[in-house]
Amino acid sequence: MRKPPTLLSLTIDIALLNLSHISDLSFLPDHVLLELFLRTLRAGKLTEKILKLFVATGKDEILSLISELNIQLILTPVLPTINIRDDEVDIVIGALHLDLTSFMEDWRAVFSRFHLIIVQDPDLKGDLKIPGGFSFDVYMKSDIESVVGSSSSSVVFSGYSCRYFGYLVSHKKYIISIDDDCIPAKDDKGELIDAVAQHITNLMTPATPFFFNTLYDPFRKGTDFVRGYPFSLRSGVQCGLSCGLWLNLADYDAPTQALKPGQRNSRFVDAVLTVPARAMLPVSGINIGFDRELVGPAMVPAFRLAKEGKFRWETVEDIWSGMCVKVICDHLGYGVKSGLPYVWRNERGNAVESLKKEWEGVKLMEEVVPFFQSMRLSQGAVTAEDCVIEMAAAVKERLEPLDPVFARASEAMVEWVKLWKVVTSRLSNSAA
Amino acid sequence: MASVSPTPVLKDELDIVIPTIRNLDFLEMWRPFFQPYHLIIVQDGDPSKTIKVPDGFDYELYNRNDINRILGPKASCISFKDSACRCFGYMVSKKKYIFTIDDDCFVAKDPSGKEINALEQHIKNLLSPSTPFFFNTLYDPYQEGADFVRGYPFSLREGVPTAVSHGLWLNIPDYDAPTQLVKPLERNTRYVDAIMTVPKGTLFPMCGMNLAFNRELIGPAMYFGLMGDGQPIGRYDDMWAGWCTKVICDHLGLGVKTGLPYIWHSKASNPFVNLKKEYKGIYWQEELIPFFQSVALPKDCATVQKCYLELSKQVKAKLGKVDDYFNKLADAMVTWIEAWDELNPSSASAEVANGPKK
Repeated sequence: MRKPPTLLSLTIDIALLNLSHISDLSFLPDHVLLELFLRTLRAGKLTEKILKLFVATGKDEILSLISELNIQLILTPVLPTINIRDDEVDIVIGALHLDLTSFMEDWRAVFSRFHLIIVQDPDLKGDLKIPGGFSFDVYMKSDIESVVGSSSSSVVFSGYSCRYFGYLVSHKKYIISIDDDCIPAKDDKGELIDAVAQHITNLMTPATPFFFNTLYDPFRKGTDFVRGYPFSLRSGVQCGLSCGLWLNLADYDAPTQALKPGQRNSRFVDAVLTVPARAMLPVSGINIGFDRELVGPAMVPAFRLAKEGKFRWETVEDIWSGMCVKVICDHLGYGVKSGLPYVWRNERGNAVESLKKEWEGVKLMEEVVPFFQSMRLSQGAVTAEDCVIEMAAAVKERLEPLDPVFARASEAMVEWVKLWKVVTSRLSNSAA
Repeated sequence: MASVSPTPVLKDELDIVIPTIRNLDFLEMWRPFFQPYHLIIVQDGDPSKTIKVPDGFDYELYNRNDINRILGPKASCISFKDSACRCFGYMVSKKKYIFTIDDDCFVAKDPSGKEINALEQHIKNLLSPSTPFFFNTLYDPYQEGADFVRGYPFSLREGVPTAVSHGLWLNIPDYDAPTQLVKPLERNTRYVDAIMTVPKGTLFPMCGMNLAFNRELIGPAMYFGLMGDGQPIGRYDDMWAGWCTKVICDHLGLGVKTGLPYIWHSKASNPFVNLKKEYKGIYWQEELIPFFQSVALPKDCATVQKCYLELSKQVKAKLGKVDDYFNKLADAMVTWIEAWDELNPSSASAEVANGPKK
């Protein structure tokens, strides 16, 4: 005859069923508590909340069992409810330093889900140090040359521009790119920000470039379109680019940093907003995400200062490609967002030293901005590639007379589109 | 840390305009911030009712009889039974700056728990330049602790004068009736610590609940339209003023800021009542937005009044066919400017000195 269940085991069964409603276990006798714990484990019901309940009883037997079994509370980053397929994302890192260990460790919780493309600055000699536990591909000078050809090219992948090679060879839909001197920041509640998840959320939710919403991103939880926002514009458009921000060392130019050496950005602005159509903005490459399928070819590594350096404030390559992307997004009806996520940007370098170099970037920007503001693309330009070619022609016609650097930029833009077409078709052929 | 100069109080240069139909009890909470200033109370509804103003405030109060007496036949442009009547207060004020607030808006607290002096923040916004020609990703570059980012053209870093400061609301957000019906319990709890300039060429929904502007720069454009009693539409007064104002600011090279300060909006109006008022606005808006987005004002319109009169002509020409209401509105816009110039003779001929027109 089968032994009937004991009263104790029946009680534990019921307790197990109602575990989520129990808020205190300290009154239970030790042997009952232990039995409950083991049954909870066996039933697979040991969640973070329930583990905390058991730990709160303070009973030695339970605590020693927990440490023997090596049960740990793992803090997982809060992920958005949007379903991101990890295989739709590449994280592209331009390595301007050899030792990426601390950078990768700091980002491990966020990066480890995804595939990484690490591109070594071709001017950087030596071997990269990358910790284990990541899925990544490294591209070096030799790889770049084999794709691009070592002769020519007007497209130069050195310094901060090395990351564009990563954009080129990726075949994922979304690319997130963060400078190698940035670490995860904390939000105003002290929680670590998952910058990648936020960029993906930005890219996967609609943008609203045609009318400004005063409560910022209307698709965010807890907010909406305000009174007066036209209904026909409420479905929004696809987002092509997501521009994040920086706490601590903000992305200032050298003169500003030299003037205010102590200034640190401590203001956490809890907003994402769409930069309106036809409004230009300075896109910083330090912390961005973009939809490669929509705007990939528009992220052009074309504008190199003659004395471009290895500090962000000695470059404007991202400013140029950002304005190209904005004009193209405006034309094709895609959105560009700015705001969250923040990263924490560490300090290095001396802005005053950079000032001693001839500051041509500043002068050139003055010419460049009116050009982009008035740039209009033809109706026939319906892809990002078409748009880049048209823009390259306009750059050659209108800006080349001002400075030879623009002639090189125009050539680079054309070359880039060619490269893009070749590499993309090669990838899709091999994937087929 | 660099020392920050205190914000000027401007107590003799700023009027607070408050439309009311109920009572002014809310002023008690604002007393520490508002008491130095002069109030212009515009009493809507039944003029025989007495609205009690809390002691200790310096104010002038206008009811419908006063409006009719002062404007005579031109009083037809001032709405009745709608907070749009507040624009009478702008017209009758003699000060340089106006701050307007609704009587269900209270003092909010920032995330640290400190009470927000909304008026002080609006003054800061109005006294510092705007940057409508290029978007700064760190928002207001003139705020403490912020600056222009790398790539921002130096030639645009001086900015232009700020004409409008548009504040926001915690608690009950400014939603339209359909959204209120779908989300009756949603509260705005997110404090976004930013002020930014709405870029040139971009329209936005301007809410009149928590608004300040430079009357000398843009006053005549702040006409809140024909709403309420006898009109087919309500709750679009501030929207209309906002679209006209933005178009004119863009034309004259003036800036419009939005963001801080927050106030605490306590009263959720009845969404069914709102729906009836807004109903026509919701689909007229679809015609209005393209109209405003494509408005072109001729170069010789160098004053706000000239711009506004030109705008009224275009409203009649292009929107008259949407509904006859817009013909009436266009006429009211002209009446408004005539009344404005009558009550403000010195500004009628003054050309507005402002930044370069782009």
